[in-house]
Amino acid sequence: MSAAAAVSSTVRVDALTRRFDSFVAVDAISFEIRAGEIWGFLGPNGAGKSTTIRMLCGVLAPTSGSAEVLGYDVGRDPEDVKLRIGYMPQGSSLWDDLSVEEHLRFYCGMFDIYGPGEKRAVDRWMERLDLKKRRSQLAGTLSGGYRKRLALACTLLHDPKMIFLDEPTSGVDPLSRREFWDIIVGLAEEGTTVLVTTHYLDEAEHCNELALIYGGKIIARGTPENLKHAPGGGETIEIVSEHNVAILDAVESLPFVRSAGLYGSALHITVAHKEDAAQLKAAVSRLGISIASLEPVTPSLEDVFADLVRTP
Amino acid sequence: MPAAIAASAVTRRFGEIVAIERLSLEVEGGEIFAIVGPDGAGKTTLMRLICGALALDEGTLLVDGIDVRRQAWRVQAAIGYMPQRFSLYPDLSVMENLRFYGNIFGVPRLEFAKRAQELLNDFALAPFTRRLADELSGGMKQKLALACTLIHSPTTILLDEPTAGVDPVSRREFWRILYRISAGGTTIFVSTPYMDEAERAHRVAFITHGAILSLGSPADLKAHLAGEVVEITTQQRPKARRALRDEPSVRSIEIFGEALHALVPSAANAIPAIEARLRDAGVTDAVLRVIPPSLEDTFVARLSS
Repeated sequence: MSAAAAVSSTVRVDALTRRFDSFVAVDAISFEIRAGEIWGFLGPNGAGKSTTIRMLCGVLAPTSGSAEVLGYDVGRDPEDVKLRIGYMPQGSSLWDDLSVEEHLRFYCGMFDIYGPGEKRAVDRWMERLDLKKRRSQLAGTLSGGYRKRLALACTLLHDPKMIFLDEPTSGVDPLSRREFWDIIVGLAEEGTTVLVTTHYLDEAEHCNELALIYGGKIIARGTPENLKHAPGGGETIEIVSEHNVAILDAVESLPFVRSAGLYGSALHITVAHKEDAAQLKAAVSRLGISIASLEPVTPSLEDVFADLVRTP
Repeated sequence: MPAAIAASAVTRRFGEIVAIERLSLEVEGGEIFAIVGPDGAGKTTLMRLICGALALDEGTLLVDGIDVRRQAWRVQAAIGYMPQRFSLYPDLSVMENLRFYGNIFGVPRLEFAKRAQELLNDFALAPFTRRLADELSGGMKQKLALACTLIHSPTTILLDEPTAGVDPVSRREFWRILYRISAGGTTIFVSTPYMDEAERAHRVAFITHGAILSLGSPADLKAHLAGEVVEITTQQRPKARRALRDEPSVRSIEIFGEALHALVPSAANAIPAIEARLRDAGVTDAVLRVIPPSLEDTFVARLSS
């Protein structure tokens, strides 16, 4: 193992920038990911997530700035990076008419794993991801949850110390989604570093650290708990009423309301200061609309992001 | 008044595969009805059956009391269907796309002008009428597609995963618009892979393998959850999680921020067992409490029982 791999940060990004002609897709972002961390990368489509991941995987050269993954510079040594990481792209990377086992053997070939090593790797990951019983089944006939497991197994055969998972659970039923996350958490506990993107904010709760990218810049970072209790994050009020939409229409343009939205069957309104909560209460009671309750709550990650994206 | 959509024992096969199996449901006028389910559950097939794009093999399907089998053309005038990949013409402007769909549905000229203006205002697209569809952002394209779906003032709209792959903040805004449409009396039948969105609907049906697993208002579904959720707060999360993985009284265990959520059939029975497991594993700081379940918890409970 090289000296570089012994550092505790698996990823170090410094002022990383990527332009496409005049468009700045990723704008001088900097961050570190520690070994064994599950690092959640969130943000709207087109915010720069995939561009960043492609640079970190060594498939897209940065315009400026630098990034080191597992001790290798992605600009200078992209091939070293590619050999040592696992990457599970968005959408399907499987062939419908190849079986589970054929997929795993194919990917072994891509990573130069042959002979007894191949058998060991294939057996190990089939066992671990519960694919053994389906070894001869064609990928095209697997359920969504098992397709994702197979795609993950294909990225793990060469024992990467760092994996990139780009929306790994889209289109999967909730039970399979939980099982998939159980596997990810297990890998991280064994020391694999995980960078994951998702639009499911309940999944973001699994992450040790989150970063929100917007317009090519990272506009917020922290643990899920830190983000919810960030100073300056304001106060979130939950209103339960039969007439959510009428209340929302009436309050969202009030000057002290920072963001407001329907949250499940309730209404979440974020105000700038604690004192504004009383003003909000007064404003709602002036509407003469009956409400079941109005009280401060811990904001959800969705509230936090709605607030950040509106007031960057 | 007839139901907006009334499906009774609807079946559709593709060769050997039964995509929809004896499915029955009723959607009331003005309601936001969400169908949730994994890929391949039959959500898209169901929508295509309702709008008459696919023929059903068995059962009956009425839209506003009109039989889809007998009078598909009348049904098609009454509904708007937004498929997963709605076709906007990239080299037509916002207004030209609207006019195209207006013409397809035979919307009279004067009515079109009024309706188009209304929709453009409601969806905040008015400043962009001359912009080519190709040059719109993802969120704006989606709003334009929705406007095209509504141009002939349908009484019911069918939206097939309109927010798949869309970030949470944009999804929140999209639902805001759905509520506004619904407040105007339009019935909305929408499929989604996101459980937090289903929680915003008036009623929800969860479908797997072409059949309904459960159906009701989010509050009803949560009230009838066959189980409870225990929150476990501890500094030793990984250790606690490992200790509880094989505990038979725990159906699923999930990390949620700094806590674990354990889905259990009965909290009264599970809490002592959980406490014993944690103690044996050397987790001494755990604080347990029963918390309200999410809609997703109810489906996981159904799927795993």
